[in-house]
Formats: sequence, structure tokens, C-alpha cells
Amino acid sequence: MGNDRKQSITAWLCLLPAIIFLGVFLVYPMIDVLIYSFEEGYNFASRSFLGIGSYNYSYVLHDPYFIKALKNTFIIVIITVPMSTGIALIISIALSHITRLKELFQTIYFLPYVTNTLAVGLVFMILFRKTAYTDGMVNILINAFGARSIDFIEGPYWAKMFVMCFYTIWVVLPFKILILTSSIASVDPIYYRAAKVDGTSKLRMFYKITLPMISPMIFYLIITGFIGAFKAYSDEVALFGTDLNAAGMNTIVGYIYDMLYGNSGGYPSYASAAAIILFSIVFTITVINLIVSKKTVYYS
Amino acid sequence: MTGNTDFEKIEREYNAKEIAGNILRYVFLIFWALIVLFPFYFMILTSFKSYSSYNGEYVPRLIVTSPTLQNYVDAFTQVSLLRYLLNTLVFTVLTTAIMLMIVILSAFAFSRLSFKGKNLLFALFLSLMMIPNELVIITNYVTITNLKLRNSMPGLIFPSVISVFYIYLLKENFEQIPDELYKAAKVDGTSDIRYLRKVMIPIARPTIITITILKVIECWNSYVWPRLITDDPKFFLVSNGIQELRENGFGRENIPAMMAAVVVISVPLMVLFLVFRKKIMEGVARGGTKG
Amino acid sequence: MKIVLDHITKKFPNINKKEKSEVTAVDDFSYEIPDGKLVALLGPSGCGKSTILNLISGLEKPTQGKVFFGDDDVTGLPAENRGVGLVFQNYALYPHLTVRENIRFPLENLKGDKKLSKEEMEEKVQRVAKLVQIEALLDRRPSEMSGGQQQRVAIARALVKKPKVLLLDEPLSNLDARLRLQTREELRRIQLETGITTIFVTHDQEEAMSISDYIVVMKEGRLMQKGVPQKVYDSPDNLFVAKFLGTPQINVFSGEIKDNALFIGKDKIRDGINSIDKKVYVGVRPEGFEPSKDGVLRCEFQKLEVMGRDASILSHNDNFDGTVIRSIIPSDTEVKTTGGEIVFNLKPWKTFVFDSVSEERILID
Repeated sequence: MGNDRKQSITAWLCLLPAIIFLGVFLVYPMIDVLIYSFEEGYNFASRSFLGIGSYNYSYVLHDPYFIKALKNTFIIVIITVPMSTGIALIISIALSHITRLKELFQTIYFLPYVTNTLAVGLVFMILFRKTAYTDGMVNILINAFGARSIDFIEGPYWAKMFVMCFYTIWVVLPFKILILTSSIASVDPIYYRAAKVDGTSKLRMFYKITLPMISPMIFYLIITGFIGAFKAYSDEVALFGTDLNAAGMNTIVGYIYDMLYGNSGGYPSYASAAAIILFSIVFTITVINLIVSKKTVYYS
Repeated sequence: MTGNTDFEKIEREYNAKEIAGNILRYVFLIFWALIVLFPFYFMILTSFKSYSSYNGEYVPRLIVTSPTLQNYVDAFTQVSLLRYLLNTLVFTVLTTAIMLMIVILSAFAFSRLSFKGKNLLFALFLSLMMIPNELVIITNYVTITNLKLRNSMPGLIFPSVISVFYIYLLKENFEQIPDELYKAAKVDGTSDIRYLRKVMIPIARPTIITITILKVIECWNSYVWPRLITDDPKFFLVSNGIQELRENGFGRENIPAMMAAVVVISVPLMVLFLVFRKKIMEGVARGGTKG
Repeated sequence: MKIVLDHITKKFPNINKKEKSEVTAVDDFSYEIPDGKLVALLGPSGCGKSTILNLISGLEKPTQGKVFFGDDDVTGLPAENRGVGLVFQNYALYPHLTVRENIRFPLENLKGDKKLSKEEMEEKVQRVAKLVQIEALLDRRPSEMSGGQQQRVAIARALVKKPKVLLLDEPLSNLDARLRLQTREELRRIQLETGITTIFVTHDQEEAMSISDYIVVMKEGRLMQKGVPQKVYDSPDNLFVAKFLGTPQINVFSGEIKDNALFIGKDKIRDGINSIDKKVYVGVRPEGFEPSKDGVLRCEFQKLEVMGRDASILSHNDNFDGTVIRSIIPSDTEVKTTGGEIVFNLKPWKTFVFDSVSEERILID
């Protein structure tokens, strides 16, 4: 009996640091942000507010900067999630069919994962930027194909969006390639041998065997991809600098931070409302994903 | 059955298709490898070009004719790159160390000790995994500001030390250690904590290393929280440093010097990666989430 | 359709060692599998029998030699184009497809003028399902079935496209003992009903002997003996085959041919042997011993085990190549021993003599 008691005390002592940190920096803020989002006219300096209501939500939803950020975020999500998953799939399949230099390729493809996205973003910016001194590496390549130079960093919206998506895909691919190569490798080769004897074409093997068998992993990547892309922010800063509103490239998360870190001491209420909206969107999309997967994904 | 000639034709076509497929694969893989590698090549290349030669090239040259180390000297003297690096190092080491302690203790309690409400508490912990960082960062920002911890190491570190996912990962690993070992240790009069130190941690070392590596990568690249909580360059981490460099550094648009700074910042993780390549890739496949 | 393996050699790179070396899985193997017969490839694990199967299916290419289907050289033809049916040891059923979808899978691969309509496919699936008696299971997933049922599905999938040859890799090894007996009869029935040339690989000699028209015994990639099962058993070409076939195993003694007589130790077994003097092995099947007062071989009596119909006499002899000589006699035989010694007569047709160096059979009659 005494032993049980002693174990109980040890256990709670062991868990104490985790409980304190989780409580202060995760549970309390979670509740607090909800409260913030309904406190109208909160003043950061005096820590007072005028009343309770949905004004913060209404403000955010009518703020043109937020609308712009919402639009940008959706475009990034819709383009980068399918593209990156698709490219990662093609690369992983190609990798699964070769033996020579396979490890070298895998190592190279993984490199972006261990780089500081802010730092490499700066390199991308320089490669795509057009200045008085140079049109930049990418434009020179474009010129070689006979097209005219474009300023991808401070030029037209679609050009900026292109760089944005390109960089995002560049950043998220390593993880997806890694996951897909290992899940393709885990399909028992006996199924391919069986299919081969039955005269199955390579394409059909892929659709009928590989794809269903790795579908849970693809689905996992799509869900994490959606969640990640909805939270896009630092890649944008890396390319377009901290003033994303001026560049017209802000995202929802960027909007939240801008609201929080304003010159006037910030508007945590607006930031909270925006954060809750973001969370609702991500949650809804994840639920939809789960429902869709029930019908399409094979689980052993 | 048809004659022999048909078979030879099928065989030839089959082999030709195999070869063509292989060529196509390699061409594609090399193409993408170039896209991945080019930015790295470009930053290293440019970091060795002199300011004047870089700006003199309308079409940037892909080789460097007279390499210079001046940019690296500038990066360390004209801006506080060394300070950013040191800050990041301190931040990374402390955050990872504190996190490891918390994670190991919690995983130990959940996997080895029995106490009332264990399952409920664990379920509660798991449900916390769903809370996105973006949601809690607002209040944390306010909390840290109120505690007057802005522009301080504790302010940077505290909200970053916890990860429910790693507790879960390690708990699973601890649970695979057979009960017999614990009973044997108990018979020998070993205390729980000694058992944790002498048996569980050594056995679960691979997982602990994985967690450490993942956390180090995360710390080295963290940007959002440091940006919110520091505005004094004395406390900048490398990510903020880079942003600062880009917007205010070097007085003029000194791209080669910036690239030198980028190379310096990227090198530590690259070296870590090349040394622990297998471990890191396995670790990310098991517990990575970025992407 | 007959299948001809013409001087086939298959070498694999050795993956265990750093330096370049090769493992020879199949060594100069020639055999002609007659049309419409059931043939068993028999041998211990690692003897290259599965490799032979893969070479016939086209999943592997021979390093040397040729493979013929009928008169056509198919050596370089990829597996896709050979039209063989292959049943894997662990069945390799696609876990995400139902039984019907699994069986239909090969039919859906057909292209051009061989392409089938939905109805034709369903009809073929039904017919083959009936043949292997799984009509009621068509909508299940493989994970919802027993091992024996999965085995039937695998056979159905291999048969549905009417292959020229059916290959089975250790088809019974994943089944429990009772099911194994039942399934092997089933295999025989299906083979007879379809008349398809069938080759199956096994390490279980009883399995091979019981259902096949011919057996091929292999050792270390080489063909040791081929023929009708009973004939191979009754007349083994070498010591390996003699030892590999038959349970309990054949009893092997060290012996000697001297002055045209066969000796085991001091006991003269037989006279009038037409051979030069040499050291030999003498193999005697368990059923080849007859206890008899005026026998030829004296052994140390150890024990009598009576098991229903048969009885085993356990005994020992200094020239025996093992620990216990096991001889099987009808249980009503009277066993007399004198001073712990038992004397046997050896039935000539159950006694084989092998050269002690080459281990090849020496015909003494």
C-alpha cells in the first residue's frame, strides 16, 4: 500500500514540469484566446475592454487586409498541396525504380528539410528578383527561351504568387518524398511479382497495387499538407520581407502576427478572432478530408 | 503458339522500353536534384565573389574567377552574426535540454508508474496535440510581455520547451521495455529514478537521439516566436538576424556579404545532417511533421 | 504444353560479402516436363528449386542455357508475356481487393483482341471459383479467410486466364497438417480436371510422392534424379536421393566390397558381387529388415516399439552411420534376441550399395 502511494507521488512529481508548462503555455492560452476574441475594444495598455460581443470577428472579416490574406492563403493551399504531393509521388516512384545513385538522390532531396527557410528564402529572392544591376538568374533563363524578364519579387501579383508557391513546394517536398519513398518501399515486392506473372502493365501495377497500398500515407501527407499550408507565413517573409501587407502577399498567420505586433501596442482581440477563424477553417477541412478518406483510402 | 520471331520482337521491345524508362527516370531525377541544389550552389558561389565583381555581372557567372573571403570577414565584423549564432546555440541547447528532461520524466511516469487518473491525464495530453501553435501564441505573447521577459533568453525558451508528441513517442518506446527488467531491478533494490537513468534511458537511446535531432532542427530554424518576443538585436536568433541583415544590414545592398552570412548560418545544420544522415532521415520519417 | 529446360545455369551476386563473388543457385540443369503432367521439384531448402520456378515464370533470367515452351524459345521473354500461372508460398493475394477482384485481376490485364467484356470476365471468375469451390466467398477480403481458403483463391487467380503452365511454390507449407492432406488431394483433382501442365516445389517428400506424376530431386542446384515417384524410391541413383526419400530415413552403414562379397563389418551380407574391391555405403530401408535366426547382419538389440499395425526395432551396429537403426516390421512378427543380439536378413530389393567417394549407386545384381 505504502509502495503505491510512493509511486503516485513520484509520478506526479515527474509530471509536474510538463503540467506546469502545458498549463501556462498551452491550456490557459487556448481558453484565453477564445475570451479575447469576444472582448470588444480591448486596450493592451490599460487591459480594459468595452464589452462582450462578436465585433472582433466582424471587424476581421471586413478588413480588406484579412480578405487579401485569406485569398492568398487559399491560393497557396490549393496550388501547393496537390502539386507538392504529386511531385513527391512522381519522384518517389522514380526513386523506387532505380538502384544506382539512389542514396545520393535521397540525400540531395532531403537537404531543404535541414535548412533555415529564412536563409534560403533570401537566396530564392535574389535568384528571382529583377534589379537595376541584373535581371536575376531566373529571368536570364526565361530570356534564353525568348520571353521577357519579369520582376518576381516586386512585380505582378501572379509572378509573386508563382515564386511563393514554387518556394513553398521546394520547402515541403523533402518530408513528403521521405515519407512516400519509405511507404513505397514497404509494399511487399511479392505483389509486383504476382502482378507481373499475370501480365500487368507498369501503369496498372501503380494504380491497382502501389497506390491503394500507400493511400493511407498519401492521405496523411494531404492532411498535414493542408494544415501546414494554411499556416504559411515564414516562407512569405523570407521572400517578400516582414511587411507582407505592403507586398500584397500576407497570409492569415501573417495577419494574426501583424495585429499582435502593431506599432500601437497591438490588437490582441483582432488577432485572437483571426486565429479562431483560421482554426475553424483548418478544422473543417480536416474533417472533410477524414470523411473523404473513409471512402477512398484502404486501411489494412 | 506463334513462331520464334514474335518472341524476339517482344523481348527487344521490352528491353528497349526498360532502357528508355530508366533514361527518363534519371533525367527527371537529375533535373529535380539540380533545382534543389542550385540555390545552395548559388549562395556558396556568390559568397566568394567580391562586391564589385558581383554587381558588375549583369549575367551572373556560374564560376568564381578570383575568390575572396572578404564577405565572410564582413559578415562577422559589420553585423553581429557571431552574436546571432551564439544566441541560437544557447537557445537551441537550453531549449532541447529542458525539453528532454520534461519529456523523459513525463514519459517515464506514463509508461512505468501507476497512479490514479493516469489514463485520463494521458488522454488529456494527447488531445493537447491538436492545439495549433498559432492559436496560443497570442496569449503567450501577452504573458511573456507581462512577465517582463521580452528580449530575454527565458522569454525565448519557456514557451518552446514542451512537446506532447515527443512525450507520446518516448512513452511508446519505454513501454516496449519488458516488465521483467523492472521486476529484476526492484528485487535488486533499485529505485525508480535509478532504474530510469540506468536502464530505460540507455535502452531508449535511439528514440531520445531522434527527438533531440528533431528539436535541434526546429530550434535552429525557429522564426515566428523569436520575432514576436525580441526587438533588441542583442537577442536575435539567426532567422531574425537574416531578416535584419536583409532589411538593414551592411549599409548597402551587399548581396555577396549576405550570402556569406547565409552560408555561415546554414553550415551547422548541414554538417549535422551529413554526419547523422541515416538517423535524421529515420527520425523525421517516424516523428517529423514539417511539410 | 511441354516445357524444356536446356542446360540452365543461374548465378546470383553474393550480397553478403564485400568482394565480388557469385552464388550458383542452379547448375547446368536439364529437364523436360511432359505436357499435362504434375511434376514435383523436391529438395532441401536452398537447393535451387524455387529458382527453377522463377526461371520458368520469367521472373528471373538464366545466366546460361535456354527455356522452351513447346518448341518456342522463351528464354528472354519477360514474365508478362509468358502466360504462366504462379501461386506463391504466402499466396500474395492483394489485401485491398475482394476475392472476386483478385481473381479478375489477371483478366483485366488482357489487351487488344483478347480483351474481355464485364460479363465474360464474371463468367470466367464464376467458373474457376466453382472449380476450386469458393463460390460463396467471392465478396470477402483475403484477411477474412482461413489459410486454406486463401490458398484456393490464389490457385483460382492463377488458373483464371487459362495459363499454359501452372507453377506452385511450396503450396502446402503454410497450411496445418490436416488441411495439407486434404488440399493436396484437391490440387491433384484440379490438375486432372484441367489437364494443365503443373510444376510444384516442395521440400516435403511425402507431399511430392503422393500426388505427382514425376518427381525431380535436387541438391545444391543440380538435378540428382528424376522419374516416377515409386521408381525413384525403389531405385535411388545416389545416396542423397536414398536418404532424402522415405520416412523413417534409410539406414546407412559403412561397408566394403571384398573378393566379390559385400561386408558390413565382419558380417558378410551378400556373395557373387561383380565389382572391384572398395569401400562402400550400404543403405537399407526400414522395411528391408527381417529378424531371422539365420540372418546376415548382427546388431545390438535396444528396444521394441509397437505402434498398432507396425512395430519398430531399435538397434545398434558399430558400422552404422548414426545412432539408432530403425527397422519396421509387422507388429505380429515374433522378435527373438539372444544375449542382447538380434540378427536380420536384408531384403535385396530394399538394400542399396553406394560408392563411398562419389556416393553413386553401385548395381550389384
